[in-house]
Amino acid sequence: MTATAQHDSSALYDIPGPNTRKRHFAYGVLSTLLIVGLVAWVLYLLFDTEQFTATKWTPFEYKGIQELLLRGLGNTLKAFAIAAVLSLALGTVLAVGRLSDHKPVRWLATLIVEFFRAMPVLVMIFFIFVALKVQPLPALVAGLTLYNGSVLAEVFRSGINSVERGQREAAYSLGMRKTQVMNYVLAPQGVRAMLPAIISQLVVALKDTSLGYLITYEEFLHAGKLIASNLDYDLPFIPVVMVISPIYIGMCMLLSWFATWVSKRQRRSPKTEAVHVAPAEPGTLLPGAQ
Amino acid sequence: MYVLTDNFSTYVEGFVGTVELTVYASLLALVLGFLMASFRVAPVGSFRVFGAVWVAVLRNTPLTLLFFAVLLGLPRFGLVLPFKVFAILALGCYTSAFICEALRSGINTVPKGQGEAARSLGMSFGQTLNSVVLPQAFRSVIPPVGSTLIALAKNSAIAGAFSVTELLGTYKTLNELGYSIIWTFVWIALGYLIITLTISAIFNYMEKRWGVAR
Repeated sequence: MTATAQHDSSALYDIPGPNTRKRHFAYGVLSTLLIVGLVAWVLYLLFDTEQFTATKWTPFEYKGIQELLLRGLGNTLKAFAIAAVLSLALGTVLAVGRLSDHKPVRWLATLIVEFFRAMPVLVMIFFIFVALKVQPLPALVAGLTLYNGSVLAEVFRSGINSVERGQREAAYSLGMRKTQVMNYVLAPQGVRAMLPAIISQLVVALKDTSLGYLITYEEFLHAGKLIASNLDYDLPFIPVVMVISPIYIGMCMLLSWFATWVSKRQRRSPKTEAVHVAPAEPGTLLPGAQ
Repeated sequence: MYVLTDNFSTYVEGFVGTVELTVYASLLALVLGFLMASFRVAPVGSFRVFGAVWVAVLRNTPLTLLFFAVLLGLPRFGLVLPFKVFAILALGCYTSAFICEALRSGINTVPKGQGEAARSLGMSFGQTLNSVVLPQAFRSVIPPVGSTLIALAKNSAIAGAFSVTELLGTYKTLNELGYSIIWTFVWIALGYLIITLTISAIFNYMEKRWGVAR
């Protein structure tokens, strides 16, 4: 396994010889030219449709508009923070339910987890917003919490189940009760192993806060839309997208990189010797599996 | 309670819309994802960079932002297509990044020795790919591709909110007609459950049939 990670090659290609290297170099030059041409064409289109005129970019110089954008960004981060904390809590509760020794509790937790995992998060948000007539922020947070909490419950559960059997057996044979086995032996190792997957799920939550735009929650995208539909500045739609998307993508990328970093760090840690550390990607367990 | 029977045609229209979006966007995502995965494992550096940038950007873009940019932005360049095509483009490109990563990690699970053995038997690149590497990679990518396509089906709800004919979008029509909003949503939820559980049943069957014995 480590051999494939160290070398950049996979099972697909042989180590290139001099002729192949020359050919690859030629392909490289050609494809680079092609990509540069593509970028140039996009830039030409942008200039051609007058996206870089002064009128379209002046709004970003005004203090009011900057504050509007910052307020939107703040609202996005607020929704994310609340939803992240609540879904971690809900995930813990549901995971405890699914690992319970009592059949009805296990059954109920399984039903909740499977239902909310199979349902689009937007349908839940709309249901809470339209049918239950809740304010946008609580509706968005509730929807995100229900969905991400259910996914995190599965992540926690598979983390705890991935701890080597000997650990549990050793703990029980020392006379620990089930709660002690969970709290002192299984949960610390399971959570450590699943930390990259948990952070990656939080990236999903951060991305999904933008769904608040669809229920008129005044978040980042909503602020952008307000500016973009302003006739005074000649409908600066493309400039708005060009300002907003790097910030959104940058935030998510930072969190993703953090997940990858944690994953690498945990893999080296001696505390995860008895578990398999999950890769830095959101949970990919099929519904109804296991 | 009578929402479903009274408006069966509206529901069916929405349901078919969601299925159509899911199927077309899945096909686009699988094709693009395969292309990007082959870029990411290519021996040519600029292909690898292109694939890596594609994945890194699209995986970290909120889908709502992508829909916003594609549905409202592309027409500014004089590209006028039906909303549905834009929705398929946005969904397909977004999901292709996840498919690409699933396929790439599938290819990476095939031990290097397999390829080396195939080449030392005198197999060409095409033969190595088709009869040694891809069959083994296929077995290990079934669950991640399945859950990615389920996520795609669920994400198609966002298209509904951007007024593409789709299951979630039906609530607006029915709400205006004055039906009980709770029951409207119960049937919408059921429609999504049917779609996602069908996909997961298909992939669970494939996993049983071809998956790696773990």
